[in-house]
Amino acid sequence: MTTTGEAIVFWILGPVSLAGALGMLFSRSAVHSALWLVLTMLSLGVLYMMQQAPFLGFVQIIVYTGAIMMLFLFVLMMVGRDSSDSVVEVLRGQRLWAGVLGVGLAALIVGIVGRSLTSVTPVGVTTANSANGGNNVANIGRSLFTDFLFPFELTSALLITAAVGAMVLAFNGRKNPKRTQRELVDARFRGEYEHAAGRPGPGVFATANSVATPALLPDGSIAPDSLFEIINSANLDEFEADRTEVAGDETKPDAHALGGESHTEEDAHR
Amino acid sequence: MSPTYYLLLSALLFCLGAVGVLVRRNAIVVFMCIELMLNAVNLSLVTFARINGSLNGQVMAFFVMVVAAAEVVVGLAIIMSIFRTRRSSSVDDSNLLKY
Repeated sequence: MTTTGEAIVFWILGPVSLAGALGMLFSRSAVHSALWLVLTMLSLGVLYMMQQAPFLGFVQIIVYTGAIMMLFLFVLMMVGRDSSDSVVEVLRGQRLWAGVLGVGLAALIVGIVGRSLTSVTPVGVTTANSANGGNNVANIGRSLFTDFLFPFELTSALLITAAVGAMVLAFNGRKNPKRTQRELVDARFRGEYEHAAGRPGPGVFATANSVATPALLPDGSIAPDSLFEIINSANLDEFEADRTEVAGDETKPDAHALGGESHTEEDAHR
Repeated sequence: MSPTYYLLLSALLFCLGAVGVLVRRNAIVVFMCIELMLNAVNLSLVTFARINGSLNGQVMAFFVMVVAAAEVVVGLAIIMSIFRTRRSSSVDDSNLLKY
């Protein structure tokens, strides 16, 4: 299981992931930091796959670099793209001491791990992966839904709580609160609106239900407010008959027109 | 190659993340450093699963990823709401409790 191929991949991707972490640490711009961290996470995903954990490798690439880092970039674009780090040290010597402590911590852990785990021979997860006639994904799923069922259910509660919390925290609220009906009426009568009663709707006399049909005033003229500027394709001559009808100059069809007792041929076709 | 190298890489990544948390002043970058530390721990969990020949370590790394996702969502929302009120995402500017 410890092949030369794995060694080659490790000795390429290990330094790459370290370089990504260092780049994240030292780049001034936050966006550059995020991109360096994406590099580290991608190489870590490949390292998971090399260690016979293909499920985790793909989850790492999909969830971390695909979802979480994109969320980071989203928030960066909204919040602080220009706000690079200030060079003012609030606590004097903080960077120096942080570096010293980091080197000390690294020396400590590396020393412990290097001394205690040098001669370890890994069992390998090949047998665990192929147990019960499945593969890595099937066995992780079996473990999740049997041994770790309760923690798994707890994570669902955690995720729902996190989603609700994020919505509550990120909700902006209305800039100006919505007017009640009473305030709206007052505002209309104070003249804040152009029409106290709203614009006249189209097709008042129901000869057509098209938006292009203008409303007719009682004298038969077209109400100019009911004409839409963007729909000027309506030929106003088409409504000439309606206008004259409303104006009352024309003879109306008699009451027998629908009963089939009309006298003339034109009346039958009306 | 021995899996010890993976553990050493994980330790180095963790220390870089810890130094970043101490050094960087932008709250979002501090958050990214925390993510790096979580990733380093995940790498060591996967390596331990391989050393012990059991899948429990991988399941644990999976849970760490879930918790990290929830933490990122809530944390970024908090950072955004702080930015909305104080127009800054620097951790030095959130010092009202100090005085």
